[in-house]
Amino acid sequence: MSVESRGCESEYDPKHGSSALRKRVTEREPHKGNVKVAENTETRGANNKHQNHSLNPRLKLQDIGGTEHVLGLKKCNTPASTTSAHQEWTVYSLILVALLSLCTRFYKILEPPHICWDETHFGKMGSYYINQTFFFDVHPPLGKMLIGLAGYLTGYDGSFPFAKPGDKFEEHNYAGMRAFCALLGSCLPPFAYLTVLELSKSLPAALITASLLIFDTGCITISQYILLDPILMFFILGSVLSMVKFSSHRERAFSGSWWLWLLLTGVNLAGALGVKFVGLFVILLVGMNTVRDLWNLLGDINLSLVLFGKHLLARVFCLILLPASLYISFFAIHFLVLNKSGPGDGFFSSAFQSRLIGNNLHNASMPEYLAYGSTITMKNVRIAGGYLHSHWHLYPEGVGARQQQITAYSHKDFNNLWFVRNQDFKTENPTDPVEFVKHGDIIRLEHKETSRNLHSHLHEAPLTKKHFQVTGYGINGTGDPNDFWQIEVCGGKPGDLVKVLRSKVRLIHLSTGCVLYSSGKTLPKWGWEQVEVSCSPYLKDTPNSQWNFEDHVNAKLPNISLEVLKPSFPEILLESHIVMIRGNSGLKPKDNEVSSKPWHWPINYQGLRFSGVNETEYRIYLLGNPVIWWLNLFSIALYVVMVTIAATSIQRGIQLSQKARERCRVLMEGGREMMLGWLLHYLPFFTMGRILYYHHYFPALLFSSMLTGITWDTMLQSWDLFVSPPVTQRIYSGGVAVLIILFLYSFYLFHPLSYGMVGPPAHDPSSPMAGLKWMESWEF
Amino acid sequence: MSGAPKLPITVKAEIDLVLVTVTAMGLATRLWGITYPAAVVFDEVYYGQFTSLYMKNIFFIDDSGPPLGHMILAFGAFLGGFDGNFVWNRIGAEYPCSVPVWSLRLLPALAGALSVPLAYQIVVELGYSHLAALGAALLVLCENSLVAQSRFMLLESVLIFFLLLAVLSYLKFHSHHKRSAHFSPSWWFWLLLTGVACACAVGVKYMGLFTYFLLLCVAGAHAWQVIGDPKLSNTAVLYHVVARGAVLVALPVVLYLGFFCLHLKLLYRTGPHDQVMTSAFQASLEGGLARITQGQPLEVSYGSQITLRNVLSQPVPCWLHSHKGNYPIRYGDGRGSSHQQQVTCYPFKDVNNWWIVKDPGRRELVVSNPPRPVRHGDTVQLVHGMTARFLNTHDVAAPMSPHTQEVSCYIDYNISMPAQDLWRVEVVNRESEREVWKTILSEVRLVHINTTAVLKLSGASLPDWGFRQLEVVADKMARGYHQSMAWNVEEHRYGKSHEQKEREVELHSPSQIHVGRNLSFMAKFAELQWKMLTLKNEDSEHKYSSSPLEWITMDTNIAYWLHPTSNAQIHLIGNIVIWSSANVSLCVYAALFLWYLLRRRRRMKDIPEDSWSQWVLVGAVCVGGWAVNYLPFFMMEKTLFLYHYLPALTFEILLPPVVLQHVHDHILRFPAHRHAFSALVLAWLSSVYLVYRSFSPLTYGQPTLSAAELGSLRWKDTWDILVRKR
Repeated sequence: MSVESRGCESEYDPKHGSSALRKRVTEREPHKGNVKVAENTETRGANNKHQNHSLNPRLKLQDIGGTEHVLGLKKCNTPASTTSAHQEWTVYSLILVALLSLCTRFYKILEPPHICWDETHFGKMGSYYINQTFFFDVHPPLGKMLIGLAGYLTGYDGSFPFAKPGDKFEEHNYAGMRAFCALLGSCLPPFAYLTVLELSKSLPAALITASLLIFDTGCITISQYILLDPILMFFILGSVLSMVKFSSHRERAFSGSWWLWLLLTGVNLAGALGVKFVGLFVILLVGMNTVRDLWNLLGDINLSLVLFGKHLLARVFCLILLPASLYISFFAIHFLVLNKSGPGDGFFSSAFQSRLIGNNLHNASMPEYLAYGSTITMKNVRIAGGYLHSHWHLYPEGVGARQQQITAYSHKDFNNLWFVRNQDFKTENPTDPVEFVKHGDIIRLEHKETSRNLHSHLHEAPLTKKHFQVTGYGINGTGDPNDFWQIEVCGGKPGDLVKVLRSKVRLIHLSTGCVLYSSGKTLPKWGWEQVEVSCSPYLKDTPNSQWNFEDHVNAKLPNISLEVLKPSFPEILLESHIVMIRGNSGLKPKDNEVSSKPWHWPINYQGLRFSGVNETEYRIYLLGNPVIWWLNLFSIALYVVMVTIAATSIQRGIQLSQKARERCRVLMEGGREMMLGWLLHYLPFFTMGRILYYHHYFPALLFSSMLTGITWDTMLQSWDLFVSPPVTQRIYSGGVAVLIILFLYSFYLFHPLSYGMVGPPAHDPSSPMAGLKWMESWEF
Repeated sequence: MSGAPKLPITVKAEIDLVLVTVTAMGLATRLWGITYPAAVVFDEVYYGQFTSLYMKNIFFIDDSGPPLGHMILAFGAFLGGFDGNFVWNRIGAEYPCSVPVWSLRLLPALAGALSVPLAYQIVVELGYSHLAALGAALLVLCENSLVAQSRFMLLESVLIFFLLLAVLSYLKFHSHHKRSAHFSPSWWFWLLLTGVACACAVGVKYMGLFTYFLLLCVAGAHAWQVIGDPKLSNTAVLYHVVARGAVLVALPVVLYLGFFCLHLKLLYRTGPHDQVMTSAFQASLEGGLARITQGQPLEVSYGSQITLRNVLSQPVPCWLHSHKGNYPIRYGDGRGSSHQQQVTCYPFKDVNNWWIVKDPGRRELVVSNPPRPVRHGDTVQLVHGMTARFLNTHDVAAPMSPHTQEVSCYIDYNISMPAQDLWRVEVVNRESEREVWKTILSEVRLVHINTTAVLKLSGASLPDWGFRQLEVVADKMARGYHQSMAWNVEEHRYGKSHEQKEREVELHSPSQIHVGRNLSFMAKFAELQWKMLTLKNEDSEHKYSSSPLEWITMDTNIAYWLHPTSNAQIHLIGNIVIWSSANVSLCVYAALFLWYLLRRRRRMKDIPEDSWSQWVLVGAVCVGGWAVNYLPFFMMEKTLFLYHYLPALTFEILLPPVVLQHVHDHILRFPAHRHAFSALVLAWLSSVYLVYRSFSPLTYGQPTLSAAELGSLRWKDTWDILVRKR
């Protein structure tokens, strides 16, 4: 009984605790696990005997889970005084946290009054929404739509060009967009506070977490500008909070608040994915949590399969169907709003472009059938395929024959223009009658700008080695028989005319029998990172080997208004995703560009310059508060050690006090959730080939900070294993106070990073930041 | 294990005749006609080079994998008495009789042959019948791709052998453990063998790591059960955990280091890949740089003649260089230059790479007596040896990287553009503040005094006017450390000539004085391993490369060899019946596993507890082994070939017999069904054999098939089978 008596001196009322225990036992007598809880107070021998019965370690974990309900019940039973006092404190603290984060995020929000860093992109895209101009971006649309909406509602008219970082905003109203981002950024500390409070039931843990985020210069800086990150993090943390809240309603399944939190989780997931694809990681986190949850429900024999089916369906509806439909509707709004031609047109298929007002394919009017002598552009039918393109550059030495490059290019450009010629090399007489191109004809394509013919021969293609190289050959349209291509209309028969825009055609090389093909692989620097075009000896019909004629100019033929088949919404959706994914993986670091590596991030190796370079300029440097970041890193290691000790002692069946068991539960369940979140938001970056930046770590940082709160709270409480309870209490409160003061002081030291520095850089002793350049690699 | 051995000492031998038979068949299929063709087959051209280099003890660096695999192949060559004299330049080149083809190919073939009994024993050890085990052995035996891959000087069969050995020994160890034979000699033997086999697998190819991690996970799960075992005392648990940790983690690490140690011991001569390594590493090799640097003075002093090598060594290793040739007055894009003498980085040794360190306060270009060493923080001027111009930079945009400053050798045009030729030497890897600048060992940063710009290799190459040499710039924005900004002195001597003419003669003459120095093994290992991991090969597609998705249905094959005149050819092409039945059994396994798992969760037990744990273990080994050896390829960006799938396939084809036995034992209830089932299995096995037979001409390269016969073997459109046009 010694264990129990030690518990008497703790802040939880032991009488209620044990009575609740008994109450619970009587309530659910048939459960073996709960009987075990009741037996916890018995001697070690008895416990050992019990463990012999249960060989399955999972059962043992469950009885720890059981204690949670015990505490939950106890809270209800405790006389109102302590509970409500406790709750009042949590509310006051929440208000304090919210106020502090609003203050830190909104302080100097209008400074600097010029474009900072990526504001040039996202501000510009916000303007595109206001102007309804179609553009292309590698991220899904929600974040930019919200920025655009915020700008629109606060009186920004979309007229600022957002040309490059450093441009002054002048009279344009940018405050609304920044304030919107800052508002969402200010929600992060309260969200983290509530999440940790729910997971650990400990106010100090929640306060540590909240102050970590409030006083982190990195989180402040990234929340203060027109960026996607605050919006993304808002949704990520929103999903985590709703998920945790939902889990705590386990006992009240299908109640109103249960549904509310489940629905909110789904909404937030859709939001996170709608802002950036990084949202996938939080979906994974929630998904894993849900699967575990369902697994536990399935293991509950008392729960009928019908009821289990209801649980399953509720989750499928709220966590899969609802987010999916929301996500799709973001795109629907995106395409609905952006109905004017803009910079993003060329990335999309001809059919897609015809929807855009101002595009030359919108209500297009051109000769209907392809004729000899016409000027045309040819687009690959593959989703997000490029235009057949050539330019005054040769293939480099060692890459096939040293002839002119032929590529596929996504942008509209005069180098995409080709003449359709017939077999003989003499130029047509302008007075000749018009001759149409028919299925099976032998044609020649002459590049308008360079007068070279589309040519292929038995050399390896530059990237797809199984294919042949395609080049530009000949002078002024005079070449050799390798310039001849047979044109085939897909599904056509000999003699069919070739319809512009609507016919899909294949070009078969006459002498080698291969088919003109676009593999979608990006050429190296010598090919200007355009897409490879080759000639494939494999004649299988794929979109890669099909092309359509997009522009068609022939003075001799009348222009006819063409109604192009409008693509269906699912087609547009699929196409835009493929374009986005390709764009994302195409963001490769340039040669010798020093790019940020994932291992740099947790150690706060190098930040990002948001604004200003030299002494006289107003400088903002995105860099986390090093004290906070290093503490976070250390806490991860500490957590791993602590959880190993906790799990091993439980697995060994070591007798633990009630409080210690509760702490183990917080560590192993709450901590696990946060650790998993951190891993999921951090590790995948190691496998990514695209260019990475420091700010990619911020979602992971949120999880890391919450883990820090839980870890330190548990660690400080665990001193009772070594010293007497009053001393523990003193260590506990002292420790929390020291931590928070530490954060405050380091924030005081580093706050100019976020709120602007002027004067000489930090290595100069006269600088305001002198002595704070703790790492050689920091650039302020 | 107590007491003295009882007398008389007797030996009881039990011989599993089935096991012996499958081993013999394995040897027969793998070793038959192994010297045919006596020509270079596919990647032999690649591994052969390294074998030759081992025979000649010449240092090389290969980024494809750790050295154990190459050393095993080289050991075969050593047994055959190969002298390393063969030019491995072309697939299909005929071997002269000086190349011992048989012993070169022997070890991989043996490894391939022994995989057959290993597969047999793994299935037995998983708790399935000898009949199922025989089935698994037959599948491995008749898998054409495994046969083809084993018969040449290639590494996959060796890798697969070690993977299977590791899995088998772990399973043996685990069953000893279950029989409570803790810490018995055989318990230790199998545990140690697991560790050794894992280390060897990783040592042959990095891919071995996947299976190693899988085994670590399985061992971790089992150890977790040991921790939870209330019958064991705390000390016993501690022993168990420490023993596993030592043997499964520490031992492989030590062995892995051992492979590198042996590798470096064997390769002590300078060779073609030296230049990738740092100067210090090269100096440790016999010949080459060691011959030049042997006897160099250690401390760089005022008046020293030096060559400065960029530490980055990418895209190529190069040395700071200047030559008689000025920057063009106007560049192609219209920007102007200073029209002063070009400074570049040149990837070849050249007399124009020599620079002289000059004290700005003195006129002499010779080393005083005693020499005055240059220290960290000192200011120097660098004089180009052959043209006697000073290294200079100024606020003029660099030719290829306009955001940085141009670096030139200063020519005074008298146009109010003064010389800015003072540089501060910062020794990056110093231990104390005033460390001396040392030859080879020190990495220095040269910081321009006037502009605080740092001398740096930009990575761009100059156009024709700069002879396509690499661009050197001074970067004002440079902060922190990057290798492109670090330089080290490679060749060094104390200058003695006062006159420019004499000096030029001196620069042309080789330098010799002595300082002995040695790199520790760990430093060499760290450098070599790092270089191997970061060495970038131009990743281009190969004619026979493929994507992982094509592997699972075997939509691709690789032509390994074609007879120079006839249609005889060797392909890496699998037994399509085995591949598809393995895929089917994978799906059946997954479906049954899920079904059982969900039903057990509702306390409905379809199969006994023992069968269930067997079933789970099979999943961990076969499905897990397949998954860890297959799925990671989706994330790799290197050029992939069908043979990368073979380890995964090996694990996957252990599955059909196991699934069949499970269906037979647990799902079929009636004897009639069971008989019918057995008949079907027999039919299936014979079809496996028939397919093996029909494709064996492509596996063994003989007999020669006619064009029509070859055409009839092209079962999939995507297979490339070569037919000679008459």
